[in-house]
Amino acid sequence: MAETLNRLAVDLCGIPLDNPIIPASGTFGYGYEFAELYDINVLGTFSFKGTTREARFGNPTPRIAECPSGMLNAVGLQNPGVDAVINRELPRLKAVFSKPVMANVSGFSLGEYVEVSSRLDKEEQVGWIELNISCPNVHGGGMAFGTCAASAEQVVRAVRDVVKKPLIVKLSPNVTDITEIARAVEAAGADGVSLINTLLGMRIDLRRRKPLLANTTGGYSGAAVLPVAVRMVYQVSSTVKIPVVGMGGVSSAEDVIEMMLAGATAVEIGAENLRNPFACRDIIAALPAVMEQHHIHTLKEIIGGAKA
Amino acid sequence: MKQSYFTIRENIALTHDVMKLTLEGDTSAITAPGQFVNIMLDGFYLRRPISVNDMDDETLTLIYKIVGKGTDRLSHMGAGEELDILSGLGNGYDLKPSGNRPLLIGGGVGVPPLYMLAKKLIAEGKDVTVILGFRSARDVFYKEEFEALGARVYVTTEDGTAGTKGFVTDAFPMAGDYSYTYCCGPEPMLYAVYQASKTSGQYSFEERMGCGFGACMGCSCKTLYGNKRICKDGPVLFKEEIIWQKP
Repeated sequence: MAETLNRLAVDLCGIPLDNPIIPASGTFGYGYEFAELYDINVLGTFSFKGTTREARFGNPTPRIAECPSGMLNAVGLQNPGVDAVINRELPRLKAVFSKPVMANVSGFSLGEYVEVSSRLDKEEQVGWIELNISCPNVHGGGMAFGTCAASAEQVVRAVRDVVKKPLIVKLSPNVTDITEIARAVEAAGADGVSLINTLLGMRIDLRRRKPLLANTTGGYSGAAVLPVAVRMVYQVSSTVKIPVVGMGGVSSAEDVIEMMLAGATAVEIGAENLRNPFACRDIIAALPAVMEQHHIHTLKEIIGGAKA
Repeated sequence: MKQSYFTIRENIALTHDVMKLTLEGDTSAITAPGQFVNIMLDGFYLRRPISVNDMDDETLTLIYKIVGKGTDRLSHMGAGEELDILSGLGNGYDLKPSGNRPLLIGGGVGVPPLYMLAKKLIAEGKDVTVILGFRSARDVFYKEEFEALGARVYVTTEDGTAGTKGFVTDAFPMAGDYSYTYCCGPEPMLYAVYQASKTSGQYSFEERMGCGFGACMGCSCKTLYGNKRICKDGPVLFKEEIIWQKP
């Protein structure tokens, strides 16, 4: 058993993970509800719901639309606000999760990113800050910061100044050159990057001749986006020296290994949790056999292994 | 909530576009009428949420309308085939406030979950009246089934080809006195019932869902007591907490 644990272990920005599996923000709430389904301590960690300064309802419904091999969402950062996260959600999480958690932070202004990050940084259970500068579903914030190298660098520098814990910046795929943004956030002091956030998409209802989503556009995720994510993880990890957390369409142990071969140190799993609430547990359980099949002794040794 | 496999015993047409699916499997996670299950179908990314029509320890019946490619695919499945199902989702109806003469009002595919509710209320000795609303005579289903339970049943159709012509609220005068209102159907109908009803009640809502178990925040709605997820905190909401919007 100890041997198995060792074989799956990785290190993310100086914090050891028993395995590289991390449920992605927005698909796992604040964790405790999944703890009713299985022991979430089997996870490497998880990234909690994107948190802003004030409570937010998010966008009008409908805010989900199905696609072939994936889905659009335009939730728009619904969350109870940082006060409620600190006073209510984190204490509830502590009762069921004994590992450091990844705090996903979003915002609409530089000041908001700084304030929310700095407050969550002081919470004992927070291991990493994942700075979401790539939400495609809000206006005047989110992705606006992450699609321009100069503003990405500015917000990361400001947050870097106030947080002590490892700072991972979540990047948008909706850019001309994601490596340029990755370089900018690395230069600004990020300890890691995570990618990809969802791809901006849209669907139209033929009967009503109107967009399916009330927000018109939404973020595309699910199995279909895996090749795009693998390509971007490969490119970014070839460009920056900081660790890359890979995500986008991962739905099996094989996909996890593919992401790691592309250069991911750890792997987030998003939409698959919504189809199968046990997805992360099942993938962790499946990893040893899949590693065996592909003659992989430890996951650590395969990070970036697809590069010549 | 439980994830398990159910085997199809029967999948038959009730009307030109409404099907009744009888499944065998572990129903232990289902605890109240008005809850739903979420069904995985080959070739579709998200599950299909369908309300529970009736159940016993090892049988589950679902009634669904063929509205798109997913439910069309489901309608072509037959006896012996297996389905991956999340069961016991949502809060369901609370029977306690019903009083002695509850009025149950269903419209279209809002009718099925009221069947198990009526069955439970009648088992508790309540005098149950049911109003079932449909578009036209060819859309009517389950009138006899409700009558067989011992409920007083009124049918309305929009074109008057069966029962009373008009909407469910047009049958209110015939239904007589009632102690409480239980309702499931399209939102304009819920609103009309809310306006016509003289009592407190519970209303079951529909929304596009991502996961169906409270994780994705796809189906949130605002209530007087904060944001609620239709899939997890609903689908049944109390009249007093709903922020009504004229459709």
